[in-house]
Amino acid sequence: MNADPARLELQEVHGPSALGGGSRRFFDLLWLISLNEFKKTFFGTFLGYLWSLVRPLLLFAVLLVVFTRIVKLGNSIEFYPVLLLFNVVLFGFFQEATGVAVGSVLAQEGIVRKTQFPRLVIPLSSVLIGLFTLGLNLIVVFIFILAFGVDPTWTWLLFPVILLLLLVLTCGVSLLLSALNVRFRDVAIIWTVLATVLMYATPIIYPLEIIGPSFLRDVLLANPLTLIFEQARHWMIEPGAPSAIAAAGGWLHILPATTIYVVVCVLGAWVFRREAPRIAELL
Amino acid sequence: MAVETDNPTPASGVRRDQAQGPVAIEARGIDKSFRLPTHKVDSLKERLTTFSKREFRELRALRDVSFDVHRGEFFGIVGRNGSGKSTLLKILASIYAADAGRVRMAGRLAPFIELGVGFNPDLTARENVELNGVMMGLHRDEARKRLPAILEFAELEEFVDMKLKNYSSGMLVRLAFSVMIQSDAEILLIDEVLAVGDASFQQKCADVFHEMRDSDRTVVLVEAQLQSEDGAQATTVEAKAPLRLSAVFEARREVEGPTFGFALTNADDIQVAGVGLQLDVGLPDKLEPGQRVRVSGEIENRLAPGRYVLKCWVHRNHNYANLVLHSPHVLDFVVYGSDVTGVVAVDHDLRAVIE
Repeated sequence: MNADPARLELQEVHGPSALGGGSRRFFDLLWLISLNEFKKTFFGTFLGYLWSLVRPLLLFAVLLVVFTRIVKLGNSIEFYPVLLLFNVVLFGFFQEATGVAVGSVLAQEGIVRKTQFPRLVIPLSSVLIGLFTLGLNLIVVFIFILAFGVDPTWTWLLFPVILLLLLVLTCGVSLLLSALNVRFRDVAIIWTVLATVLMYATPIIYPLEIIGPSFLRDVLLANPLTLIFEQARHWMIEPGAPSAIAAAGGWLHILPATTIYVVVCVLGAWVFRREAPRIAELL
Repeated sequence: MAVETDNPTPASGVRRDQAQGPVAIEARGIDKSFRLPTHKVDSLKERLTTFSKREFRELRALRDVSFDVHRGEFFGIVGRNGSGKSTLLKILASIYAADAGRVRMAGRLAPFIELGVGFNPDLTARENVELNGVMMGLHRDEARKRLPAILEFAELEEFVDMKLKNYSSGMLVRLAFSVMIQSDAEILLIDEVLAVGDASFQQKCADVFHEMRDSDRTVVLVEAQLQSEDGAQATTVEAKAPLRLSAVFEARREVEGPTFGFALTNADDIQVAGVGLQLDVGLPDKLEPGQRVRVSGEIENRLAPGRYVLKCWVHRNHNYANLVLHSPHVLDFVVYGSDVTGVVAVDHDLRAVIE
């Protein structure tokens, strides 16, 4: 046993918390928990990783048939299939990550009840797993984009900005949901419905411009995801499409969505931090 | 009635004289309450539709608990079920947050709570051991290096790549216990102990406890309820070191003329020693409900190495036929460290000379 004298001095014990315990340990734990969960989905089922690709592809195929053959919505939009696939995969990340995160603390009950570690790693690992999958799926999407004849532009380099904006929002929502779900177990159920509502409240299947000035449009514009997806379209798929600010109609009009974005993220962090010490008791 | 028993302080003769080692755990004024809703609201609908003030019962699990545990000490917490032992341990282990008070600790901590160390049942033993090591603050490769020793101690080498959900409960406990034992933590918190594994595994654990003592590790043991059914190993005592006993009895009802008795029986259930005592003269010869009596002092230790059980009882009216409390299994302990054979060690001044 190494008798590190500093370690043998009396030190305050702070009790369970969201963070704490050193950053190296935090990231080691985050990585290891995510890796284990990822391996489980990879090797735990017959199709493994393919499932996380098949799901968005299937949804994409259905939506494509519906909105180009039955409802002739997509035909007037340039690169509609590419846009649809791109959006479906991006939104799939948000939906999956938050959907797993909401029940993540309960799922890790075994370690939460018996060990001390920064509680924050649990919901964040759900997001990280989503990010792994997104990375793999995006390879497929980019092959598809190129094969479809979309010309690469320099704005593709800005994709990390989109990803970061989406990632932070996903983390905020994940923290909020996972903390609330420990107290109110039906948050998970509500969220599955709400996430579907969000999917239609975000320009994924349709572009924002087909909705004229109306109350509905204002509601959509208050959704932070709307701006992220509009900007992604502008940068990645069709430079001719309006940027988020242009689509919203000026700086002033992105204010509600930006406010909501910040509030959700701050609220998520705050609620999780507040709840973290009590999580083990409430399980 | 409740009996709290401070385990005989282990400490070799030398250390005892030197006064105790530095403080390893310092707990001051710990309070902890749980709100137990009389009607649990854990859905949003109920929360939203219940306008009346929610009713809950406040359960005060710990009230102003303070103590010091010194380095190298074996510290036992004994009490009935629901007396707050596990809550205290979870606060020490930073799993629960205390409402008030503070804890200071010197060194790294390894908890063993509810017969486990926090495993994920969907992972294999290999993955869980690594995860646990990282939680303890080790690097990943350090954590992996511990694996062989842990598996060897748990005797589970063949099952290293089996998911823990397929383990038997005995295997799980053995693995968890090995993980804790093989950690290099200075402080071990052990809850609801050591009905772990078969007799040979228990013996192995006893050996490890001796070693830990020598390496100056601090152990906090929470004992199961008073009448633990099977051999729960509480502590270890060096041969010839006096047994220090401190027990508190709280009367639930009036007891007249109480007498207190303790007995030590060996592994063959043969009583090797017994002591009986009455309230000291000058004290009222009657216990009112709620009144407490502390019995403390040292018992000479002539016990040969082996395993012993401490029993206790209380009679009324100074009459051995009137049993008020009989507790056949207060705690177990192991005497070690001498080569005496037989049942008791006897002093002698026998000499051999050539005539």
